[in-house]
Order: sequence, then structure tokens, then C-alpha cells
Amino acid sequence: MVNENAVLTVSKLQIAYEGDRIISDLSFTVKKRDILIILGPNGAGKTTLLRALQNLLPYQGSVSWNAQKISYLPPQEFLQRQNLPPLNIEEFYAFKTSDSNAIKSMIVDVGLDESLLNHQFSELSTGQFQRMLIGWALLDNPDVLILDEPTSGIDIGGEETIYSLLHKFWKNQNLTILLVTHDLNIVWEYATQVICLNKQQMCMGKPDEVLTPEQLKTLYGTGIKFYKHQHR
Amino acid sequence: MTTKILLALILSGTIGAIAGYLGSLMLSKRMALMGGALGHLTLPGVALALLYDFDVSLGATLFLAFGVLIIWLLEQKTRLHLEALTAVVFSASLATAFLFLPKEEIDIALLGDVSQISPLTVLVTVIISMLLFFTVKKIYASMVLASISSDLAQTSGVNLKLNNALYLICIAVTVALGVRIVGGLMTAALLAIPACTAKNISSNLSQYTIISTIAGGLACILGVIAYAISDVPAGPLIIIASALLFLISVFKQQKG
Repeated sequence: MVNENAVLTVSKLQIAYEGDRIISDLSFTVKKRDILIILGPNGAGKTTLLRALQNLLPYQGSVSWNAQKISYLPPQEFLQRQNLPPLNIEEFYAFKTSDSNAIKSMIVDVGLDESLLNHQFSELSTGQFQRMLIGWALLDNPDVLILDEPTSGIDIGGEETIYSLLHKFWKNQNLTILLVTHDLNIVWEYATQVICLNKQQMCMGKPDEVLTPEQLKTLYGTGIKFYKHQHR
Repeated sequence: MTTKILLALILSGTIGAIAGYLGSLMLSKRMALMGGALGHLTLPGVALALLYDFDVSLGATLFLAFGVLIIWLLEQKTRLHLEALTAVVFSASLATAFLFLPKEEIDIALLGDVSQISPLTVLVTVIISMLLFFTVKKIYASMVLASISSDLAQTSGVNLKLNNALYLICIAVTVALGVRIVGGLMTAALLAIPACTAKNISSNLSQYTIISTIAGGLACILGVIAYAISDVPAGPLIIIASALLFLISVFKQQKG
């Protein structure tokens, strides 16, 4: 049965790399305006899953999108920031649009000063760089935004502002978000759906329903502290 | 000024400018030395051209096409970097060239020669350079994006395989043109130095590409003028001129 409200339908997804099974038998659906968080320990196949969903890796099974435009931000440490030509931020944004007013208003919308448009990649702090990337990803009005560890390397204060920024865009635009993170607090605060992944699907559903202490123990092994926000 | 010098100036200036423009992209891909490796790859072709008296760029192109095909095949078969594979293939090629390169032609093959240039050669070079310019312009933004992240480029709709193929072809053709003026040993300098000069003194991408193109063309023109005065081979003089422009950019950068 096709769900018309579905943005993404994944069925029996299997991914192998050089004979090693990385993900097996994964099926899930993402609905419009979901914030789906993919949770799992290191090596669980989270990044691999995001890349396969965008056809960046070979896979078996079916991945079916019902979206006009998908924007993807890889983990920041996978992006080259040094040894580049002297590309400034305005020129980087101009790869997506020639509308200089849209560029200026986006850089302000992500909470950065307009003067940063004249700066080069290497001159931005990690937090500024991530905000700038989020602006870049949203510049061509995608319906789906896919982010992989968007706050890695950013301190706790900066991390909170990155997520509230994403939440602001999610509220104001008709956006569906797929997000990989380690941070359970973010799951409680923002996720509408969560997938627990450890090479295979361990849980899928609303965080309140599926993230039980037992489930987290199975996912991460013993020793994880269980703390649940009560304000949502 | 004799017609021969004028033809050499037009030919070298054009090749220098396109090499500077393309080279600005190669710096970003950390492929600055790739041009040199490909230059060495041309040497068996240059040797054959000198031996059987046909155009050196034609001989260079044939061997480059062969070499690039082998590199491309090895890249598909192995998990080695393009640069590493190029190093394997170019050194084998260089060694092969010395098996049959005539002793009296070694200077021309290694250092280039602009003394015998026909108007037809200039015309063909200018046309090829214009084609190269438009191709590089077309792939430029995509290749810069890919150098930041290939995933980012692909998910933004860049056909990476096609762009990489066009990029390699542009490098190969530029090297084949460059071999005529600076020889098989110094094509890396033709591609790399103008980009380094430009990077020192530019604050954005458009300045950088323009300065790299001008620095490449200017170095070749200055080199050929020095050749006309001194009769030292133009190839080394072009590279020395380019290195001097680079030095100026270093001091200009320190002032800024």
C-alpha cells in the first residue's frame, strides 16, 4: 500500500561492503514533516544508511523518494576546508543561486553576520561553518534535509543553537528532516520518529514509545545513563 | 620583431594562459604535480615525433591518451588514488622514452622548442585553447564543489564521472600543447606556478582564476622575449619568468 503522505519508503534494504554486511533487512517510512533521528553506536551503519538513501552507495532492496529536492550535509570532518582555492562564502552560495538578495537574507537567517560572506572557508569557526552549511543546504528550498552529525566538533552551547536553528527552519518551512546523532537529549527534544540502528533495525517509532531503558541498553550495551526530558 | 618570434609569442601566451586557468583548478584538487607526471608521460610520443618528423603535440597526445586510458583502467581495477597511479605509469613511460629518444633531440624533448612554429600550428593551438577554456569554465564550479566533498557535489546534481573525465582530458590536452614550449620535464611548472602566484594575492575565486590565467600567459610572453634576446631555450626561461612572478606575489602577500 502506498502512503501518499510518505516522503521516503525504504523496504528490505541491505548494504554490503567488500563482502561485509553493514546493514541488513531495514524497512521504514518517513512521512512529510517528520524529524527522523537515526540513533546508534559507532559503526552501526548510520552514515552508510544516509549515503545509500541518496544513491551514493550500491544497495539491495528498494528506496523510494517522494520529494522534489533533497539537500544533504555530510559530517563536517568529511568536508575539505583547507588547501582549497580562495573561495569565499558568497561564491560558495552562488554555486546554488545567482540571486544575491537570497544569499544575503539566508546568511542572516542562519544567524551569521552579512560580512562573513566575504570570508573564506578556513576563516570561519566550526560553529559558524556549520551554520553557513545549513544555510547553503536550505538555499534552494529543499523539501528534505539530511544531516549527519551536524554538531560534531561543536561545544554544548553551540550544539543547542544549531538544533534550535534547524527546528526554526523545520517550523517555518515545509521541511522533513533526517538526522544522525549520538545525542539522546536531542532525540527527546526534537524527534518525531526515531530509528535505532545497529547493522539492523532495533527499534522504530515515536521516541516516547520505543526508547525504553532496555532498548537503549541493547543498542549501546550496558552502562548508558537513561535520562528523559519531561517537557515534551 | 621577426615573424617567428611573433608566432612564438602568440602560441606560448595562449598555452600559458590556458595552463594557468586549468592549473588554478588543479591546485584545488592537490593535483599540482599531476601535470608534471603527464608531461613525462608524453615523452615517448615526443621522441617518436622527433624521430619520424611529425608534430610533437600530436605524438604527445597519442601517448597521453594511451597513458590516461591505462590510469583510468587501473583506477577502476584498484583502490589506489589517481595521483599514485599516475606516478606508476609516468615513470615507466619516461624510462621507455629514453630507449629510443635520439641523443641530438634530447634537448628539444626535455626543454621544448619555439624556434620552428608555423602559422597553422598557432591557429590550431588557439582554437584548441578556446575549446579548453570553455570546457574548463563549464566544469569549474562542479570541480571546486567536488574538492570540498564529492558527496556534496553528487547530491547537488554533479555528474562526477563525466566531470572527472572532462577534467582529465583537459589536463592531457593542455599538457600536450605545453610540451611543445617547455618540453616534457617542466609542464608541471606551467600548470602549478601561476595558480600558486594567484593564490598568494587573491581573496576570492574570481580574482584567483583571472590572476592565474594572466600570470600563466605573462610568464610565457616574458620567457619568449628573453629567448629572443638571449637565445637560451624558451622553456626554462618561461619557467624562470613564472617563478619570478611567484616571488613577487610572495612579497606582495607579505605586505598585505
